[in-house]
Amino acid sequence: MYRYDEFDHAFVHQRVAQFRDQVARRLTGELSEDDFKPLRLMNGLYLQLHAYMLRVAIPYGTLSSRQMRRLAYIARHYDKGFGHITTRQNIQYNWIQLTQAPDLLAELAEVEMHAIQTSGNCIRNVTADHFAGAAADEIEDPRVWCEIIRQWSTLHPEFSLLPRKFKIAVSGAATDRAALRVHDIGLQLCRNDGGEVGFEVMVGGGQGRTPMLAKTIREFLPKAELLSYLESILRVYNQLGRRDNIYKARVKILVHEIGTEKLAEMVEAEWRQVREGFTELPQDEVARIGRYFARPPFDPAAGSDTGLDAARHADSAFDRWLEQNVDAHKQSGYAIATISLKPEGGVPGDIDAEQMEAVADLAEHFSFDELRATHQQNLVLPHVRKRDLYALWQGLKAHGLATANRGLIGDIIACPGMDYCSLATARSIPVAQAISTRFQDLARQKDIGDLRLNISGCINACGHHHVGHIGILGLEKKGVENYQITLGGRADGRAAIGAIVGPAFSADDIVAAVERVVDTYLDLRQTGEPFVDAYARLGREPFKERLYAAH
Amino acid sequence: MKLDIVSANRLTDGRVVYLTRDGGWSESIIDGRTAATEEESSTLLADAERAVAAGIIVSPYLVSMADDGGTFTPLHFRERIRLFGPKTDRATGHPVGRVA
Repeated sequence: MYRYDEFDHAFVHQRVAQFRDQVARRLTGELSEDDFKPLRLMNGLYLQLHAYMLRVAIPYGTLSSRQMRRLAYIARHYDKGFGHITTRQNIQYNWIQLTQAPDLLAELAEVEMHAIQTSGNCIRNVTADHFAGAAADEIEDPRVWCEIIRQWSTLHPEFSLLPRKFKIAVSGAATDRAALRVHDIGLQLCRNDGGEVGFEVMVGGGQGRTPMLAKTIREFLPKAELLSYLESILRVYNQLGRRDNIYKARVKILVHEIGTEKLAEMVEAEWRQVREGFTELPQDEVARIGRYFARPPFDPAAGSDTGLDAARHADSAFDRWLEQNVDAHKQSGYAIATISLKPEGGVPGDIDAEQMEAVADLAEHFSFDELRATHQQNLVLPHVRKRDLYALWQGLKAHGLATANRGLIGDIIACPGMDYCSLATARSIPVAQAISTRFQDLARQKDIGDLRLNISGCINACGHHHVGHIGILGLEKKGVENYQITLGGRADGRAAIGAIVGPAFSADDIVAAVERVVDTYLDLRQTGEPFVDAYARLGREPFKERLYAAH
Repeated sequence: MKLDIVSANRLTDGRVVYLTRDGGWSESIIDGRTAATEEESSTLLADAERAVAAGIIVSPYLVSMADDGGTFTPLHFRERIRLFGPKTDRATGHPVGRVA
């Protein structure tokens, strides 16, 4: 895991001191709210419906047990005892006091964390495959490059006032778990014909009110050229991105308006100039960063461990969890364990302080002190020895963290919605809770199979409803919440934007509507056919007919 | 009958507050000062702006209240959520207040 160098320590502590002074000046009236708002947003502090909300960056979703314990401490001492894992691998606290925010940021700085660039029109926290460094299908660990991008983009003076926010995701595996195609830039590590590792570069994806999939503008970019190429993309965007209309300011609109080919040409032209004067990445620095992401000291004898099968046979609940929440690891004898933060009827992504501490302890004991936050609002222990899985599961179960529903309909992605968010047009959380409760039977969930259900409380789409197999968008109509259903979206390597199936449903009817969609699938699926494939084969009509037949 | 009150967020902690009859700010809507006419509503807002300038609150605005069987409650569901809080109380796991 990356550790701050002197520069990192200096700028984070400097920023805390600056913000402390800014808060003091705000409280004395020296700064007006108009003056202060951009300053607090630069430090991740939003004013939401009920209180200030702080969004803390978890760079590429990786954190240590020590950091998780500090997040627990913050939840307990500065909030109401819990935090919320976001769809960008960050954590949010919903009940922060302005007067305490500087102390809170100082607590974060002590464990090499901050909230910088979690808001505003800048390059946001870089996200990554949450199985990075562990996945069996990985070409290279993408986090080395995420960290290099983080260092390049942090406080980058040229890109601190972009037309709009800018999100970058990186994956090093064959399976896209990072939703690359719905990012402003998606970077996929790949090999060229010569076997050299580089990046496929995708630009112009995003959700919001105008969802679009990123287009590949370069099939292969040598790794050493990454920053000069990113700088070229950002320069073209910074120059041509629209600043006159907030709804047309994202790079996806620029790509759409001028076309992929033209954008690629412009980036390449810019790159020819940029790379000439660009300082090459010092190889010793790349190697230094790379060492922080070196493989943990795995036991080579772990591959011959026994006992797991016996535990599976003896405990069916453990067997279900193993089948649903555990993935193949690149190292023989090890596995990747996903901790679902979606208990039956729970708030997706919420985790309380005691659970955070329990997870920190378990990561320390069983996963080389490392854990991950996922954009699907779960946590991951990336390096668990298979023979420890049963003990891990028991530890998780004792803290209500062993729900065996990863990737099933109960594993709902949901934004905070109008329960917390000042931009929301409807609530997301109660809908997620009601659906989770309706489908509480894990055997039923398992029978339904792989199904991503995503809920957003407004058109900004923080709940990723556009790429849910079933997407739900909460809207307000004449002072009443109602919910629009989209079908067929997906965020994986075959990314697609879901299609609106028909008129919206009331809050009272939305759960039954989801159930009708699921029942239609169950009636019409072929053997072994997942929901999203069945939808691709059948199209919208059979779902629409069943949904609106009763209306 | 429809009435207006003024709501805002308190500067120091961001909590939802209402302009009171004695010119202060309270977390309880029961203490709220109401306005029945456009002129009275303008006066409420003007008072709130003075509190903004004094660094007490931020982002004040008028909230329309409706007669709900003898008691006044916010007309819009967003304001009812601001009044009652998120639907689930984390401590008990139960819904708090009436928000819908």
